[in-house]
Amino acid sequence: MRTLLAALVATTILAGTAQATTVYPLPRATILAGSPFDFKVELPGVVKADDVKITVNGEDYVAALGSAAAFVAEEKGKEDKVLGSALILRGARILKAGSYKVDVTAGGETKSVTWEVYDTIAQPKAKNVIFLLGDGLSVAHRTGARIMSKGMTEGKANGRLAMDDLDHMAFVGTSATDAIATDSANTMSAYMTGHKTAVNALGVYADRTPASLDDPKVETIAEALRRTTKKAIGVVSTAEIEDATPAAVVAHTRKRADKADIVGMFYAVQPDVILGGGSAYFLPQATPGSKRKDDKDYIQLFKDAGYALATDKTELAASSGTNAAKLLGLFHTGNMDTVLDRDFLKKGTVAKFPNQPGLVDMTNAALTQLSRNQEGFFLMVEGASIDKMSHPMDWDRAMYETIEFDKAVAVARDFAAKNPETLIVVTGDHTHGMSIVGTIDDEKPGTEMRQKVGVYADAGFPNYEDKDGDGYPDKVDPTRRLAVFSSNFPDYYETFRPKLEGPFEPTVQNEKKEYVANPAYKDVPGAVLREGNLPRASESAVHAVDDVVLQASGPGAEAFKGYLEESDIYRVLADTLALGAPDKIGAK
Amino acid sequence: MTKTKPMRRRTLLGLLAALPVLTRVPRAHAATEVGFDDLYGSVGVLGLTFSDTVKRLNGQSVTMSGFMAPPLKAEATFFVLTEIPMSICPFCSSDSDWPDNIVVVYLDAAQTFVQPGTRISVSGMLDVGTWTDPETGFVSRLRLRSARYWSV
Repeated sequence: MRTLLAALVATTILAGTAQATTVYPLPRATILAGSPFDFKVELPGVVKADDVKITVNGEDYVAALGSAAAFVAEEKGKEDKVLGSALILRGARILKAGSYKVDVTAGGETKSVTWEVYDTIAQPKAKNVIFLLGDGLSVAHRTGARIMSKGMTEGKANGRLAMDDLDHMAFVGTSATDAIATDSANTMSAYMTGHKTAVNALGVYADRTPASLDDPKVETIAEALRRTTKKAIGVVSTAEIEDATPAAVVAHTRKRADKADIVGMFYAVQPDVILGGGSAYFLPQATPGSKRKDDKDYIQLFKDAGYALATDKTELAASSGTNAAKLLGLFHTGNMDTVLDRDFLKKGTVAKFPNQPGLVDMTNAALTQLSRNQEGFFLMVEGASIDKMSHPMDWDRAMYETIEFDKAVAVARDFAAKNPETLIVVTGDHTHGMSIVGTIDDEKPGTEMRQKVGVYADAGFPNYEDKDGDGYPDKVDPTRRLAVFSSNFPDYYETFRPKLEGPFEPTVQNEKKEYVANPAYKDVPGAVLREGNLPRASESAVHAVDDVVLQASGPGAEAFKGYLEESDIYRVLADTLALGAPDKIGAK
Repeated sequence: MTKTKPMRRRTLLGLLAALPVLTRVPRAHAATEVGFDDLYGSVGVLGLTFSDTVKRLNGQSVTMSGFMAPPLKAEATFFVLTEIPMSICPFCSSDSDWPDNIVVVYLDAAQTFVQPGTRISVSGMLDVGTWTDPETGFVSRLRLRSARYWSV
């Protein structure tokens, strides 16, 4: 026992020493052969360039990585604090698959990391990939959407969701390089690059310097497709198009909030179809409504680059008749409204943007445009507000969003039925700590709302109706509704009812930057104050660390099975599209 | 608007605490009341246009009612007035994630922060056009300058 403890102590010390030098890509990185990546070594102290020795598989690194790294004598942190020396090689490439051990020696420090470089099959399995991402999509969203949309009799669902009949399934681990917890940036970045990264980061490893646009880059799927294929690329979201999930298809930044810069990154890659919200970051600063801090007019720049522009549902529908090579659809200055607000309650910002398309309209338009490309396409479709409504615990809006997302899955499946060379992937990027526990029945006696929560046999079945057959409950507030609660929450007023006046805003911030229960809901009949179990700096419910369920159908889908890291999903996509085929590895 | 001699912050705070009723005294000449719905003539994907009302009142004294968002920085000389009480996303503590229809309020003297969810009225000189706050880089399109506020 004593020997074991001594060994553990020794191991810990060694690990502590080893952590002082950081090599990017991080240990155990998996890298697509031929894909450019930034190689960076961060040393804990200031050393001379000649004192740094780097080998890859025992040979000098320059031959293995393509060229020599630039030496930075002193990297600076906040307030010009010297962080140490560094070496940076932008756009390194490894062309041969295999295991690569990198050894760094400098000033008495040593560090070893091992990467796995993988190639792919020579011939693609699929021509098209439709990657549908339900932001925050958790098991309860699926269950709730199925019950609300299809109904249930005697314990059996009266119908199935489109996502219920996909052929293959995997559990996906979502954690970040810096935390078990996660956000929509690092998660989607893992899917879209094959590299895990830190919370808030997109298409980069998170280095130690404060600047957000200089971190070591990795290749995004859009860049890999441009480098190795002539496929079309589409990005569709109900969020701002610069939001983390759609941005991850193209972007490189340590900070997902760099939204004005992210518009420039879209422009650099020029996906053939871009549909979503977030026009404010396309407008020059002089235009009221702009959120840029410069005079760049990206609406004009995209038009000049051959994009047709659509700004509402009518123009989007008309776009299918045009011959424009590329399509930019921006339907809101910010995030688009939820389907419950757009089509039922007319709340949120629907009065200002009354003719927004939905996710189904956008998915159809994207497929029409992209399928004209004979080489095939990659389309990413995000149901963004599943997450955006789960954060404030607006479960009704989140469930309607899940139903809409499932309808987009149905559109994708219809396309795949006619075009069998199409891989469909349906997944979330992370989960929420939410569960359905029964029903809330207004007919139960009394005024205390918790007494109206039906559990076990008392839950019975909810009485949503879909008489018009549109897949959504006709009324979001029937007398017996799903009872949904979050495992985690800030201080807020629980009303036990749908929020008919607009999306739930559970908290407001006070002068100490603490979030307190929004008093606007205090006087809702039956509302009770729930004291939060999250730090007071949390303004809403947070993401869960729980695994995501991924489902897939079509060629290549058989590789999704068991437990996979989020970064492993990229490798399946790369293999399905043969992005690392022998004749592609050398492509630049 | 009523001229206030420059006061040290402590003096002002003491005054506010001792005589809260003072802050409720109506203006000598009533400023024009402007609502959030009055700010923009049109709202669209390709930008907003200021309303005729806003253009006409540029440079004049107006009163607006809304909610105070907490200052971006403790020492900031301005705050953001919003139509509804706001909670801001933790990933986006920049000005970029505010709704379109915010008004930035520059105070003529420091005032105490009001509790969240408290409706306030603000009186000040309406200033229309893009302005970058030199200290914080916060870009605003509409401002109330030399402003004072009180709870309603």
